[in-house]
Amino acid sequence: MTPPRPTSWTLAGLALPAVIGLPLAAGLAGVVAPAFGVHPGLGATRPTFDVLAGLLTDPSFGRALALSVMSGLGASLLAVAAAFGFCALAAPTRWFARVRPALAAGLALPHASFAVGLAFLVAPSGFIARAVSPELTGWREPPDFLLVGDPWAVSLLAALALKETLFLILMITAALGQFPAESLLRTARSLGYRPLRGWLMAVAPQAYRRVRLPVYAVIASSLGSVDLALVLGPSSPPPLAPLLLRWFTDFDPLLQQRAAAGALVLLAATLLAILAWRLGERGIAAFARVRLLDGDRGGGALDRAVGAGAGGIVGLSLAVSTGALIVLALWSVAAAWPWPEALPRGWTLAQWGAAWPTILRLAGDTLLVAALSTAVALALAIAALEARPPRPDAAIDAVVLTPLLLPQAGFLFGVQVMWSALRWDGAIAAVVCTHLLFVGPYVYLALRDPFHALDPRLARSARSLGKSRLVTLLQVKLPLLLRPLLTATAIGLTVSVTLYLPTIIAGAGRVTTLATETIALSAGGDRRLLGVVAITLAALPFAALRLALGLGAWAARRRRGLAA
Amino acid sequence: MTTAATGLMLSNVKIAVDGLRLLDGFSCAIAPGETLTLMGPSGVGKSSLLAYVAGALPETFVAEGVVSLDGRRIDHLPIEARRVGVLYQDDLLFAHMSVGENLAFATPAGLSRVERQARVRRALDLAELSGFERRDPATLSGGQKARVALMRALLAEPKALLLDEPFSKLDPELRARTRAFTFAQIAERSIPTLLVTHDPADAPGAILPFP
Repeated sequence: MTPPRPTSWTLAGLALPAVIGLPLAAGLAGVVAPAFGVHPGLGATRPTFDVLAGLLTDPSFGRALALSVMSGLGASLLAVAAAFGFCALAAPTRWFARVRPALAAGLALPHASFAVGLAFLVAPSGFIARAVSPELTGWREPPDFLLVGDPWAVSLLAALALKETLFLILMITAALGQFPAESLLRTARSLGYRPLRGWLMAVAPQAYRRVRLPVYAVIASSLGSVDLALVLGPSSPPPLAPLLLRWFTDFDPLLQQRAAAGALVLLAATLLAILAWRLGERGIAAFARVRLLDGDRGGGALDRAVGAGAGGIVGLSLAVSTGALIVLALWSVAAAWPWPEALPRGWTLAQWGAAWPTILRLAGDTLLVAALSTAVALALAIAALEARPPRPDAAIDAVVLTPLLLPQAGFLFGVQVMWSALRWDGAIAAVVCTHLLFVGPYVYLALRDPFHALDPRLARSARSLGKSRLVTLLQVKLPLLLRPLLTATAIGLTVSVTLYLPTIIAGAGRVTTLATETIALSAGGDRRLLGVVAITLAALPFAALRLALGLGAWAARRRRGLAA
Repeated sequence: MTTAATGLMLSNVKIAVDGLRLLDGFSCAIAPGETLTLMGPSGVGKSSLLAYVAGALPETFVAEGVVSLDGRRIDHLPIEARRVGVLYQDDLLFAHMSVGENLAFATPAGLSRVERQARVRRALDLAELSGFERRDPATLSGGQKARVALMRALLAEPKALLLDEPFSKLDPELRARTRAFTFAQIAERSIPTLLVTHDPADAPGAILPFP
């Protein structure tokens, strides 16, 4: 038997960095060049500052940028504080493990469904106002103020914070498995520290180091939020990312160029925000060393406030997610539902019947894109992890994970320029490849640590039994990693189903999914159809998650030694 | 408890896990400054007994029995209210803090900064680690880490100390020195101590074969 040549594994391992790095590089080039007025195809090869100057004089630009930075950084701060506060409150207790499934379910709710459901709940004409009107409010018709889409993007900030808090809690929970968090907490407590203070001082700093990447990803995605911003953000002007989308899809080439320049500014603003955050981390660490090491064992007013605030935000996040689902479901089966009645006058499946063919087509395309991008991501991530040396390879990590640290609107316009140059725009394949930029990193992250935690002696003993590297991978390693593989699959499908901007850009209006349709419908007035589409969108990730958990539990019952 | 005795008293402690009875009515009394050594094979419940006294028994265990410290019953108190220090095989120093910060973390509240730093410095001097305040714990040798962990536990002014095979990861020569240092510190402070070990040489006083 001849072992495979090492070069074939090395090449296979480079496939994932290639399918992510090349479009990313093309995307950045496709943003930078037009931002400086360079269009080789049009014969414009001399860089100028005219486009950037035009951007700076645009009346919407300054405010749009300010809105993005404020809502993005504000939401990130709130989410990080709430996530760590909640873990400090809950991790020392036995119910921490029990709330995890609820948190995971809340996280799986796609942004588009969350945003639309939240709007249905809290808009002046929404469910909460209905429930208390006219008895408590005296309102006979929906009041005329902006609770959603307020000009300062406060509702957008709040929605982003609620959504990202759940994500960060799950990332922190995963990080807690990587060091002796429980023993450290026990040690702090045996030195007299109350659980919350002990966790924040002895465990949180070490957990934070391990979730820095997800925290920076939260900053980037909040600053560049498009789907939540379109539904819940202000519209004149909107934050920068949705404004860029508006310009990019305009027929005026001047505005399309301006979108490129704006994308460059959005990239720079995000990198600056992350840099500022990094400095803030140092400041907080220095402050903590000087001021917090004062022997105070906690339990005071500050600790109670931290616990109550964080617990409140997480509770609100779960309540809003649940409420959003319920109100979407109500609208999807509502007959007449005039304001201010709390519940519909009757129930009907008419909108489901009418929308059924559309729903099937949308769900079919959504699942096709999700299945293809997840399958490719799984195969390439496994190849990348199998090919590389046992130690983490920083260069591959850097390339694969970069898309998570950039705002999507910062480079996707450039990616689309490449697809249209290749005459691929609007093809399913282009959408799948664009989804890979985000599905790939998440699948890779989900597999990386379990893959390296696998005892290397298992593979070695298989090899010494005469099995080839490929056979060892397929028959020993992957079956042992069944549960992480199922989790990675569920994560990949969820990420793909949820993606809005990559779909709308690469799909060029010809590929529509449940996510793009939900956002498109949210601008119109048909709440029943919107309810039908948004609830279907929400159902897909739940199904993927349930299936992964169920299959994983079934496998674990048959073989108790499988990796968790 | 009827006795107002000082020291650590355990009476009629029972521990079971998964229907398996580990301990069935264990009792002992340890006077201040005295060390009782429990010795026996693995899996007979020595560490579970220490965890019960410390307040850190996992919830899968079922346990009962009175633990009192200086006449005060502590078995219903949370870990942080017991004033019982614990040392394990692993030093469990906080990796994000310097050696000095690890020690300062344990000092009581209400001290001035000058006094806090003085106590940290004194502890380091005692441990023959003068000038180690700013060192990263990861750069210390096994014996140095063990001494810092002990001093950290003592700076919190515990009223009893539990040692769960704290010397077992050290090589023989270091082991003897660390052991001598540990028991000298304990004797000086008159703290009742419960030690669990495999090695009879670890025991400074009475050995109780266990179970």
